[in-house]
Formats: sequence, C-alpha cells, structure tokens
Amino acid sequence: MSTFTAPTVPVETREHYLNADYGVRSWLLTVDHKRIALLYLASITLFFFLGGFFAVLIRLELLTPQGDMVQSETYNKMFTMHGIIMIIFFLIPAIPAVLGNFLVPLMVGATDLAFPRINLLSWYIYILGGIISLTSIVVGGVDTGWTFYTPYSSTYSNSYVITAGLGIFVAGFSSILTGLNFIVTIHKMRAPGLTWFRLPLFIWAHYATALIQMLATPVLAITIVLLALERGFHIGIFDPALGGDPVLFQHLFWFYSHPAVYIMILPGMGIISELISCFSRKYVFGYHFIAFSSLGIAVLGFLVWGHHLFVSGQSAYAGLIFSVLSFLVAIPSAIKVFNWTATLYKGSISYQAPMLYAFGFIGLFAIGGLTGLFLAALGLDVHVHDTYFVVAHFHYIMVGGTVMAYLGGMHFWWPKITGRMYPEGWARFSALVIFLGFNLTFLPQFVLGYLGMPRRYHAYPPEFQVLNVMSTAGASILGVGYLIPMIYFFWSLKYGALAGPNPWGATGLEWRTSSPPPTENFKQTPVVTEEPYEYSIREIKVV
Amino acid sequence: MFSGFPLFPEQASSFAADVDNLYFFLLAITAFFSTLIAGLVIYFAIRYRRRSEVELPEPITGSTKLETLWTVIPAIIVMVIFSWGAKVFLSLHRAPSDATPIYVVGKQWMWKLQHLEGQREINELHVPVGRSVKLIMSSEDVIHSFYIPAFRVKADVLPGRYTSIWFRAIKPGEYHLFCAEYCGTKHSGMIGKVVAMEPTAYETWLAGGPRDQSMTARGQSLFQNFSCNTCHRSDGQGRGPVLEGIFGKTIALQTGQKVIVDDNYLRESILAPASKVLAGYQPVMPAFQGLVNEEALAQLLAYIKSLAPQAATLPASTPMTPAPESERQKSKP
Repeated sequence: MSTFTAPTVPVETREHYLNADYGVRSWLLTVDHKRIALLYLASITLFFFLGGFFAVLIRLELLTPQGDMVQSETYNKMFTMHGIIMIIFFLIPAIPAVLGNFLVPLMVGATDLAFPRINLLSWYIYILGGIISLTSIVVGGVDTGWTFYTPYSSTYSNSYVITAGLGIFVAGFSSILTGLNFIVTIHKMRAPGLTWFRLPLFIWAHYATALIQMLATPVLAITIVLLALERGFHIGIFDPALGGDPVLFQHLFWFYSHPAVYIMILPGMGIISELISCFSRKYVFGYHFIAFSSLGIAVLGFLVWGHHLFVSGQSAYAGLIFSVLSFLVAIPSAIKVFNWTATLYKGSISYQAPMLYAFGFIGLFAIGGLTGLFLAALGLDVHVHDTYFVVAHFHYIMVGGTVMAYLGGMHFWWPKITGRMYPEGWARFSALVIFLGFNLTFLPQFVLGYLGMPRRYHAYPPEFQVLNVMSTAGASILGVGYLIPMIYFFWSLKYGALAGPNPWGATGLEWRTSSPPPTENFKQTPVVTEEPYEYSIREIKVV
Repeated sequence: MFSGFPLFPEQASSFAADVDNLYFFLLAITAFFSTLIAGLVIYFAIRYRRRSEVELPEPITGSTKLETLWTVIPAIIVMVIFSWGAKVFLSLHRAPSDATPIYVVGKQWMWKLQHLEGQREINELHVPVGRSVKLIMSSEDVIHSFYIPAFRVKADVLPGRYTSIWFRAIKPGEYHLFCAEYCGTKHSGMIGKVVAMEPTAYETWLAGGPRDQSMTARGQSLFQNFSCNTCHRSDGQGRGPVLEGIFGKTIALQTGQKVIVDDNYLRESILAPASKVLAGYQPVMPAFQGLVNEEALAQLLAYIKSLAPQAATLPASTPMTPAPESERQKSKP
C-alpha cells in the first residue's frame, strides 16, 4: 500500500542542490547546509561500520569463554575503539549533524543555518578529530576504555592515550559549533508566522540538544587537557601520591558524558514525534508536554552524573541525592512515551518503514528506560554496576533508541534528501531484521549482568557461554540488518522512483519545497499560518 | 555452580534476598509497563489502521488530565523504588560493629588478603558462614573493584584511601570473585574465589596460619622498627599524641575542624601527617609516603586499632575496636 503515485520515467531535469554544481571542490568547499549534511552522512557512515567492525570482533572473541581469538591487550583496544568511534564519531553527530543539519533550516523556513561557514568548519574539525583518533589505532591503539579512568589512563597504560584524547578533544569543538549554529538559527531565522509553539518537535529536541552540546562539551575538553597534563607532567590532579584524587576524574568525565547520552537520544525523540504524527495523521498528543520534557531532560540531565559513581567511593549521601535526581529524569522520558502512544489513538495508521522503526523505537526505548530504573536504585546498582546489565541497558538506549530513530528518520527524509524513494518492501524487512537481531543480541546480556558477568572481560567463566553465544548470534543478524539498508539506499540513488515534494502527505515546511530542494531551499520565503501537525484538519495531498 | 546454564545467581549472603526482592519488584514494573505500552501500540496500530487514503482522524490535541495522571503515577512509583533502593544501600553501607575486619589489597592483577589472625591469601578469600565480615580495601596501583556476585556486594578499590564493604555469608560453598573495574591488560584474569565455610571449619583453617605473626604482631614490630614509639608514647610524655584508644574518637585539629579517627584518617596521618595535625601538637612527624606498602600500612592500622585505652601491652590477637560506621561515609575529601 504505497502512498505515492506510480512514478513514470525516473529522470530528474530540474536544478536542485545536488546538481547545482559538480566536482570535488563543489563539495569540499560548499557552505550549503544540505551538502554539509551529506558530507557528515558519508563520514559518520564510515565510522559506524568501522565501529561495527570492532563490535564484530568483540562478539567473536566472546563466543568462547577462553580468550582465544586475540590477546587480552588487543581485546582491550578493540572495545576501547568500539566505544570511542561509536560514541564520539557516530552517535553524537549522527542525528544532529546529518538530519539536523539538513532539516533545521528547512523546517524553520530559512535558506541556510545562521553561520554556513562555521557549519563547514565544524565538519572539517570533526574529520580532523577523527583522523587523529584513527591515528592512535594505526600507531598502536589505546586500551583505557572510552572512559579513560585515572590513574590507569594517566600513569599505567602504555598505549596512545594522549593521541586518542586529542582526537576527542578536537571533535568536541565540532559538536559545540553545530550546537551554536542551531541555537542561533532557531532563535533568529524562523519564517514569518513560525512562532515557538508552531515549531516541529524535531526542532524543540534539537534546541535542547544544542544547549547540552554547548554547555557540557567544554567540560570534556577541560577534562582531557587535565588528563594530558597529568600523563605528560604528573601535575598531581588525579594522583593520590601527589595529593590528587583519581575519582575526581570520574566526576569531570561524567559531567559531560552523562549529558552526552541526552545529546544522543533527544534528537531521536524529535524524529519519533514527527514519524508517529505523520503516519497516524494526528496532532502530536500533548505537544507542549513533549516540547518541555525535552528541555526538562536537558536541564535535569546535568544533575545526575553521580549515578555512575555509586560504588566508586563517593559518599553515601551524595549517592542518595544522585539517585533521587536520576529517578526524576525518568519522568519526562516516560511522559514522551505515553504521549507518543496516545497519539496513535483514533489515528489513521499506516505501516511504512519509518513507522515500523518508530514502533521499534518505542518498545526498545521503553525497555532501555525501565532498566535504567534498576541502575538508579542504589542497593541494586551495587550488584549490577559494571556488569553486562549496564552494557545491555545503554545499548537499548543508544542502539535500540538512537539508531532506530536515526534509521527511521533516514527513511522518512530520504526522498527529501535524494529525490528518490527507497524500496518499501526491503525497508520493512530490514526494520524487522534489525529489531529481532537487536533483541537477541542484548536481552541475554541483562541476564548475564545479573548473573554477575563483569563488562570488559576478555575471558569469562564457562557457565556464561550459552548466553554469550545467543548474543553473538543476535549480533550477526543485527549486522545483516544494517547492511541491507546500505545496499538499497545506494541502489535507490539510481533506480529509486522519483519522489515528489511530499510523498508522505506530511505537514512541515520541508515538505513544501521540491525534492531534492533547490540550493536556496525555498523559491520564496514560506509564511506559516497554521499550528503544527494539522493532519486532522485538512487532507494533505501526497505529491 | 561453576557449570551448566544458570539464569539466576546463587543467594549466598544475607543481602542477596534483599537485593533480589527489589530486582523482582523492578522486573514486575518493567514487565507491566513494557506490556502496557507494547500492547497499546499494537492494539492502536491494528484498530486504527488506515482504511482509506482520504480519511481524516479526530483532531485530538491532548488532555491535561491524562498528562497529570502519567506524570504523577510514574513519580510515585520511582519514589518508591528510590526509597527501597536507598534502604538496601544504607544497610550495605553500615557494617555491624562486631564485623570481623579483613584487609584487601588490589594490584595489577591480583587480590591480596590478610586476616587479623595472620593468614594471608592471594585470589582466595575464606570467610565463615553466619558471621559478619568487613573488608577494608585499598589499591597499590589503579582502581579495581571487589565484586562477589553471589553476595551481591561490590565496591571500588582505590589507590590512596580505604573503601569497605561488609557481608554475612549464609551458605557454605565456593563463589566467584571478580574485579569489576577495568584495570588494564589482564583485567579479566583478576579473578578468584570466595570460600564460605562453617565456623568450625573456618577456625581450623585459620589455625593453619602463622599464629605468632598476627597482623597486630607484625604491626607492632613495624611500629618499633619505624621508631613510632619514641614519640607516640602510651604515658603521654611523647611529642606525638597517645594512640591508645584513639581509634573511633572525635578529635579536634589545629584548624579547629573536628574529625573522627577512622581508617582513612590514620592512613593519611601516617603517609602525610602534616595535612591534618591534632590540636596541641607540632607538625614534626615525617611523612611515610613511599616508605610503607599497603600491606604494612594495614598491619600498622591493625596494631593501632588494637591499642586499648590504658594498657600498653596486649596479646597480639586481641580483637580490635571496629569503626562505629563504615569508613566510606566519612572519607569524602
């Protein structure tokens, strides 16, 4: 049941941002936010498959209890690179720098972001950071885990800590600049009539994300500088023999890295609001509550870092306060899930691939969120802390949540980005494969964690093998699930049916311009006269 | 227990059931809400599937009543979970005053343990069933984490200060001991076993150790070798404070600040004595940072803690006065 009319000859002759100019220079020196989004898309996809490659090696090693495939030193470097690449170079930029970059100006009816050159600069900074971090692998790798805990990272590790850290330090500025660009654009460049409460929830989510990017990332930069100084010159900030405190590093690190989780998930939540609303043809239920819950998460997210330190020697009273705050941050997330579910009520629901991803997101994010309650509960966290329970929990949020939302969004806006439709049947199939593969990979890890299997173990007791084999089997299915969209997305660039300006019959300014949009986005500045998501008020033509 | 295909860990300590009850409660909450949400999504998706390309659904925008409902109910539930989790946590935190102390030192990549009576172990910990045991732990190098899944207890082991956990084994057997905080190349090899024994078997095992070399006896000879006794005299005539009975007391520092003399205070006062000097004394004591290793430090502490208020000489195996509360609460810098 396709919602678009059968295409005739799939050849596009109109001028748009993709065919406005040709050649490598026209891409590498572009200041068009849409082209920069595609530069990011290519780069983060490379990093995703590189990070995935390390995940494959990790899962293969864990197929047997003995550490028999690679040396423990190599294994430690593999999970470190898996973490650094996936978090810093894929998850953090994925949705904001690709879909956000492409869509924020379109959704607010602007011709570009506020600072197009800074936007290009942020991509170059990101690439520079990526190259530096990859250099650390080539010259010998880094084995501290992506968390870089002192004093292991500052004194004891014989690997390339400073190189890897420098890469992350540099990449952080890219994130800050993207956030800055979004905030200024959303404040100053909205089309006439586009008031704050007429903004799509995707924009609200990106606004909240941008605040975190700008306020939290500098703390990561400071932390890395301190770590490098400690490692290079033994200045004694983290070394107890010199009067320092190794746990201080953990406070500083999580002061960024916990809010960073919200940098990863909030934009995904923004996507889900768009998808659920469009494919059920309904107003988003409780628009204001979803909008403000994004801001609530952004603010509360700064106050919960101590829940990573419940067994780190932090005082019991600090533990109590961080525990109660962590429970509070669960509430705005719950509000969102209930509102998305209620949006479906009495809707007109269709099951195109983006909607399947949205359904998958709700289920997996719900489990990820609920298992977060186990970890926020002090007495229970003592047992499951640093076990596979934690690994499973954060993969449910980051992969089950963020990656599902990202793929849902990629399918939804693919026709806008490329002017072509992806093959619907294959897309639904791969959404299902990913959902099943994901659950088979990570559900057994909850059980492993409660049994007590610690994370970052190269070898493990034999009674844990069955569950590890299940997880590895799931990971291979998941891997196939990710390869299928890679193939058909490329295929569709040439053979996909031509997409009209609005193949889904969706509201939102981005659907009012042609697909792909012209370089200047809109032939004339759009004027907004209606509330967002007015699907139930008038029929929106599929064109 | 070291084979087969378990889905649930053994309950081998007095905490295990408390932690597991909270776990089951949370599993029930998770099952309820996941089923509720998944059920509603599937039901709505089928019930309200698109039947015609031109249908216009009812324009529902929201409901403040519902929003209040699904804000307040989760808020109540999470506060219940918080209180329950905090209760279990605080009971894990407060060691009973009669808990037997065992000193633990973590280093890349092994666990070294000392019993007061003199037995020393590597990667193995023997404990009696039915008695409270308090581990006083420190690291020689990086951060480790002492984890016994069957007991549901875990605490990071830090360089530069003591952390502690306590437990009471309830079932004889052998249980996994893991390092849970990533500590470098052979992290996954920093494992061992905990052997919980019936008290009589435990006494027999303990008696196999070097009786004349209890921790307090070793501490006492260190105390003399370092000439600590020239200043810390029991008659109050020395240049340093009298140590007899000082453990567990609240004392005033030169700065006017009050501190409780606990393991971490004693540790700091040996390694870097100038940082917190007792009121009325001069900062003349040399720093022992780098001169005593973790195990020797533990022996010195065991000796100092064994010094009862008046007596100067005591049998080496006298039970020490334990801390009224866990060290960790007071050790926050």
